[in-house]
Amino acid sequence: MAKRSFLIPGVDKRLLIKDAIKTMPDFTRRRFIAGGASLGALTLLTGCDVVDSSSADTLLSQVSKFNDAVQAFIFNPDALAPTFPESAITKPFPFNAYYDLDDAPDVDGKDWKLEVRGLVDNKKSWTLDELYKLPQVTQITRHICVEGWSAIGSWTGTPLRDFLKLIGADTRAKYVWFQCADKDGYNSPLDMRSALHPQTQMTFKYANEILPRAYGFPMKIRVPTKLGFKNPKYVVSMEVTNDYKGGYWEDQGYNSFSGS
Amino acid sequence: MASLTVTDEQVRSTPTKVIQPAWVRVMHWINALAMILMILSGWQIYNASPLFGFSFPREYTLGGWLGGGLLWHFAAMWLLMINGLAYLITGFATGRFRKKLLPITPSGVLHDVRAALTFKLGHDDLTVYNYVQRLLYAGIIVVGVLIVLSGLGMWKPVQLYYLVMLFGDYPTARYVHFFCMAAICVFLVIHVLLALLVPKSLRAMIIGR
Repeated sequence: MAKRSFLIPGVDKRLLIKDAIKTMPDFTRRRFIAGGASLGALTLLTGCDVVDSSSADTLLSQVSKFNDAVQAFIFNPDALAPTFPESAITKPFPFNAYYDLDDAPDVDGKDWKLEVRGLVDNKKSWTLDELYKLPQVTQITRHICVEGWSAIGSWTGTPLRDFLKLIGADTRAKYVWFQCADKDGYNSPLDMRSALHPQTQMTFKYANEILPRAYGFPMKIRVPTKLGFKNPKYVVSMEVTNDYKGGYWEDQGYNSFSGS
Repeated sequence: MASLTVTDEQVRSTPTKVIQPAWVRVMHWINALAMILMILSGWQIYNASPLFGFSFPREYTLGGWLGGGLLWHFAAMWLLMINGLAYLITGFATGRFRKKLLPITPSGVLHDVRAALTFKLGHDDLTVYNYVQRLLYAGIIVVGVLIVLSGLGMWKPVQLYYLVMLFGDYPTARYVHFFCMAAICVFLVIHVLLALLVPKSLRAMIIGR
């Protein structure tokens, strides 16, 4: 160990020792600053700079995009949402929307047609009668709302992947984008892998009855691997697309993938 | 005229020994920040659909609305999880957990609780945790693991189904998540109060000694 010599002529030893002690807080202070600097960097990373809230918002939305990628990465197309016995069904199943039931779309099933657009071979529109003729399956799964509550329901309809095959959709496309009849034009993008998930369903019935107005008559998209807001109701069109077209809640800041 | 020589050893050994190593201090404060962000944004999320007959006051929530609270929660979770994982690995690998937190004996805890309640619990040597501290610090690590596991389960109830199963089902995981938060808040109050009562422990967590 090298010795550092301090030759200070004409200085009292005691005073010198006092001075030496004074340097010690500096020593520890430097250690503290070194520790503090990393905390400072951390503050930048977490967007804690609440004074400039827009930079925090930018950072948060970037993390949300990162979370989209993480969720897409861990999404297992073969992992099934748990199913339940009929006895587990939540009664009454809650109506939930950003408006009252009285303001829910009142669709006339005779006039309604499902519009099909985008990267599909057959762009013909589908009447409700035509859709009802497609093979249907029933699932009893848990609907989980972005708010945290959940409810178990029984949905019957055609697996979306069967319909996509039927219309000759390009399943290499990135999204199926749904538009709805809700006031203010509800819409939501669904990533293709989730659209092709075996439990993703074009739903026409709830609890074995024609889908009531409260739950999205005439057609709802049931995606048990997504949060509730990614399960659009009152659907009027679907578009197979590579473009991210945004969504009603997604545009307001809900995480876009929102997978479960 | 005498010359005075100071060796590096002397400079280094003059201050009291390190109570909290640098990694503990850095991870402690990152965890403190992450926990506060998680709690305040978590209260925002709770308010969207309260489990019980109360809501958290708006001014103590983060994010402004549910969507904002979720963005904060799912951003701060990375900070909490990565830091927490690094803490667990380092704690086990360096033997710190074993040395500092074990053993925890019922008689030791009873003795120290009694001593604490009669204000006879000494803090002369901050490098040795008393039994109350051991129990609280070990307990809060377990709670921390539980809150992350229940949170991950709620985030991915299909992909991480086995995590949800660990707690029973999705609604149960939600309650577990809530009560772990409550336990952390109680810990936080006691922890901060005791740190203020024994300021040298706070100093040790900032400058190490």
